[in-house]
Amino acid sequence: MLEIKGLRVTLEEEGKEILKGVDLTVEAGKVHAIMGPNGSGKSTLSYVLAGREGYEVTAGSVTLEGRDVLAMEAEERAAAGMFLAFQYPVELPGVGNMTFLRTAMNAQRKARGEDEISAPEFLKLVREKAKTLNIDNEMLKRAVNVGFSGGEKKRNEILQMAMLEPKMCILDETDSGLDVDAMRLVADGVNALRSPDRGFLVITHYQRLLDHIKPDVVHIMSGGRIVETGGPELALRVETEGYADLAKSA
Amino acid sequence: MATDATRKAAEALLHALALPEGEAGWVRERRAAARTRLFEAGAPMRRDEYWRFTDPARLTAPLALAGAGDAPAQAAAAFAGIDAVRVRMVNGRLRPDLSDPMEQAGLAIAPLGAVLRQDISIAREIFGRLEAAGQEKVSRPLAILNTAAATEGLAMQAHGAVALPVLIAHDRIGEGASLVRHVVRVEAGASLTVLEAGVPTNSVMEVDVAPGGRFHHVRVQTGERAPAATHLFARIGEGAEFKTFTLTADGALTRNEVVIDLAGDHASGHVAGAVLGQGEAHADNTVFVTHSAEHGESRQVFKNVLAGRSRGIFQGKIFVRKGAQKTDGYQISQSVLLDEGAQFLAKPELEIYADDVKCSHGSTTGALDATALFYLRSRGVPKRVAEAMLVEAFVDEAVAEIADQGLQDRVRALVADWMAGRA
Ligand SMILES: Nc1ncnc2c1ncn2[C@@H]1O[C@H](COP(=O)(O)OP(=O)(O)OP(=O)(O)O)[C@@H](O)[C@H]1O
Ligand SMILES: [Mg+2]
Repeated sequence: MLEIKGLRVTLEEEGKEILKGVDLTVEAGKVHAIMGPNGSGKSTLSYVLAGREGYEVTAGSVTLEGRDVLAMEAEERAAAGMFLAFQYPVELPGVGNMTFLRTAMNAQRKARGEDEISAPEFLKLVREKAKTLNIDNEMLKRAVNVGFSGGEKKRNEILQMAMLEPKMCILDETDSGLDVDAMRLVADGVNALRSPDRGFLVITHYQRLLDHIKPDVVHIMSGGRIVETGGPELALRVETEGYADLAKSA
Repeated sequence: MATDATRKAAEALLHALALPEGEAGWVRERRAAARTRLFEAGAPMRRDEYWRFTDPARLTAPLALAGAGDAPAQAAAAFAGIDAVRVRMVNGRLRPDLSDPMEQAGLAIAPLGAVLRQDISIAREIFGRLEAAGQEKVSRPLAILNTAAATEGLAMQAHGAVALPVLIAHDRIGEGASLVRHVVRVEAGASLTVLEAGVPTNSVMEVDVAPGGRFHHVRVQTGERAPAATHLFARIGEGAEFKTFTLTADGALTRNEVVIDLAGDHASGHVAGAVLGQGEAHADNTVFVTHSAEHGESRQVFKNVLAGRSRGIFQGKIFVRKGAQKTDGYQISQSVLLDEGAQFLAKPELEIYADDVKCSHGSTTGALDATALFYLRSRGVPKRVAEAMLVEAFVDEAVAEIADQGLQDRVRALVADWMAGRA
């Protein structure tokens, strides 16, 4: 599904290298988790995958179902099935949540040569998905993320993911700021999307989320590289031992 | 004050304009007084503080008025789908023959030229009076010039709830200038909406809103190739409401001065606008709000979207007189710069002589939020659409100042069209 090879990335302005050769393959139907100390480059990787500007890829390649991701604009990547749930979801004052969702959905459909979703169909779908995430109608009517609590913002990200049905879902610390109940809602939302033709890359600091979303593979990122890869037990080891030893083993 | 040079320029301005004939005595007196006032004030010059950001040179060239002509009806399209009484002006001349029947319940409406030949008290109370009052703190010579010579336009008196907006649509053919004047009185408890499309070279509207009256004004200025100066003077009575909104898109040089006086207690005055600029467009919104009575509430909300090498100017002042306690004055002017060559200049000003007031102002400028843009694009929204969504959301705060939902939506559509058609 997603194949990252030897990816090196520097910040365009500072010229500072953040990713120093990342190799990572996420197979369809699998959930991969990335853990790693603060500042190790996890969010940077997710932004580079989603197509944020301001980074220079100096080496390596990224493909999604064989297509060259790095050659695409952010919106093309989205249409191709890439989705990033932001660590810090963005507020869009004056842009209604519904308008936002519908514009995004239809833009992706158009880019793929599909028909637009009809207004009643859309409404039905969004109500249904919102309900499972405990997002009420009032929240749907408000401007995107404006005045939302931290947890509400994260749930809104998952709502977008559920509506857009991407092929490759990247979740950057979606669990941070969530209370126990919200964590379960979000995990249920993610699990509902698990399917043989969809891949997940879940960035997190805590085992707690991985109790709900069972990963197939766990990676440890440190200093801009994947320094260790293993099964779910690796996450448990991090929980008890911390990163110090793992980083050393790199 | 006038110097030899500015007085000479003022003389040249007047000289170019023929004096109207056959007018009532009081009008002749007022025109003569205006000439004297114009000589005293002199023509505006670049070094005037009030003209720091907009070079008046292109507005002070003597006006060569356009001849009669038949221009295709284009301006009114700005308000397509809006139910209104459409009044057409072509080359600055009122054209009842090309207009809807103007009468409607609660409204006395007549060509200004006809009114000025008679002794009609409404016109007599307003014509040149509100303009002259608006010169108190700053001189506005181009408005004085208008009082000295303008004969074309409408006189309107609302004495009830007027059902349909009066839409004044200015069309032009050829290169000549136009000089337009409207005089409006909204009687106590009455209400009237006036819409304007197209931009005459020099236009003045005087609006007197009696206690409890309501006046709403929305105008659309799009793609005007010639420099234009407009003045809107209003006196707002006790408990009366005045609202004006202007959309300016891509004018070569547009200077809009809005000068309002909250003259009665509990008066409310809202002045809002949106500027959309590209290429070499230059739009200047200059607002002067005077609070003369207690419990007045005023708002100024201006949004500028500037691309290319365009310029947006906002000069806004809140002036609170000594007795105007409990004044609530608010002002915000903001811009989004879509290109590096675009520029926004703002000059907010407060002058307050009462101690128990609440006044605030703010101004911001900057590029579109890159993070917001990326967020939208990461969801599949193409860059241009994402930009349009953010710009429309930004402008919407000003559009929301329009009271009528249908007019709001119409202006939103114009903003969306502009974003879509932008080079
Ligand atoms: N725009 C930027 N300007 C300067 N430094 C940056 C920028 N973006 C990232 N960095 C730096 O790059 C490094 C990696 O940051 P990144 O956000 O990817 O870390 P992370 O692994 O997501 O950390 P956390 O667990 O705290 O979220 C950090 O040292 C950070 O300071
Ligand atoms: Mg991070």
